Amino acid sequence: MIRVRGLTKRFGATTVLDGIDLDIADGERVVVIGPSGTGKSTLLRCLNFLDRPDAGSIEVGDVRVDAAKAGRRDILALRRATAFVFQNYALFANMTAQENIMEALVTVQGRSRAEAGRIARDVLAETGLADKAGSYPAALSGGQQQRVGIGRAMAIGAELMLFDEPTSALDPEWVGEVLDLMRRVAEQRQTMLIVTHEMQFAREIADRVLFMEGGRIVEDGPPDRVLDAPEDPRLRQFLRRVS
Amino acid sequence: MRALDLDYMLGLVPVILGYVPLTLFMAVAAMALALVLASLLAVERVIKVPGLDWLVVLFISFFRGTPLLVQLFLFYYGLPQVLAFLTQINGVTAAIMGLTLHFSAYMAEAIRAAITGVDRSQWEAAQSIGMTQVQMMRRIILPQAGRIAAPTLVNYFIDMIKGTSLAFTLGVTEMMGATQKEASGSFLYFEAFLVVAIIYWVMVETLNQGQKRLELRLNRAYAR
Repeated sequence: MIRVRGLTKRFGATTVLDGIDLDIADGERVVVIGPSGTGKSTLLRCLNFLDRPDAGSIEVGDVRVDAAKAGRRDILALRRATAFVFQNYALFANMTAQENIMEALVTVQGRSRAEAGRIARDVLAETGLADKAGSYPAALSGGQQQRVGIGRAMAIGAELMLFDEPTSALDPEWVGEVLDLMRRVAEQRQTMLIVTHEMQFAREIADRVLFMEGGRIVEDGPPDRVLDAPEDPRLRQFLRRVS
Repeated sequence: MRALDLDYMLGLVPVILGYVPLTLFMAVAAMALALVLASLLAVERVIKVPGLDWLVVLFISFFRGTPLLVQLFLFYYGLPQVLAFLTQINGVTAAIMGLTLHFSAYMAEAIRAAITGVDRSQWEAAQSIGMTQVQMMRRIILPQAGRIAAPTLVNYFIDMIKGTSLAFTLGVTEMMGATQKEASGSFLYFEAFLVVAIIYWVMVETLNQGQKRLELRLNRAYAR
């Protein structure tokens, strides 16, 4: 269970998140849409404390963090309960695909290298990259890198997976394979919060679609209502522009 | 102009080569210590520990801002007058200490620049999986910074090998000290110093070749 209350983030005089309230049930797949600069990415980054929120509280499973008084331990606990998939993949450049997946398991979770290696090989098989286990990121295509990035997040076994525009940096030819992998993750009833511009994909896998504008969640509902029968005029205008 | 005494030079080569191990020992020991110290200094400069930062800045400023020879004299001849426990310090130890402190200041700046050069996404990815600062530095940032800084660090190592010759001024009989002794016996200064120069040169060139291989190796992970 994810519970966010009053999440607020300001950059200087600009309020990027304006008191976000959000509940996500276990296994729920939530897609966030909205124009650029409306705080979608910042919402995800605040949930992982890559950006530190100014106010509000975040609850992920057993971990509860109050933005105002979060200490180092709270932040690490929250980050360990969430897994982040980056737009630019952000694979560790000094490690092979398999080592990228093993890293959190060994260094953060304290598992043995043998166990982490087994998990990593399973995940690589699931991502269809078993033959790339020993490849460094620089030798992989964008699509392959992002699949490793998703694999790295899958292996952690996090309460919540955060996807920050995972296909936006990809050449069109690689988008399909990444979305396919995300579909498989969704089928495992992994709790997911996804920022994306792939409307068709959102329609397919989302239990709920959030429309954000001006640092607020303006619409929140099932995809057939939010995407196909929008009421809010800003949402209608946005959908006209992206489709 | 007189002819070079080639026989003398050839005879001198094995004598001076006998001191190569001591020179290398001082350089390698100082390099290893300096790498550790410089990494710590560099990490501090990046994350800026409150209350410690000014001290690190001062340290780096002093050891970059004064000549190595002055620092060596300060340690070997000066400090024991103030700190009694240092009276037992021998020339080799003092030289290693001096080289370590001096070069760690330079190397800290090189490593700091390299750390700053590691892509922001690498920091964020490390943070996102819940790594502590120490884990992030050790596992992700320093290995990548090391690759960026490697050519510069090898250059400092070369400087350090040549810098060990200053240990001769602390009474250490290393390559330079041995040459000086030989020359003052034979009066063939030109031949003697030419031989030691060539030996230093060969050592440094060998290292340069090693650096090329090291860079190829380090870059392997990043090759497309």
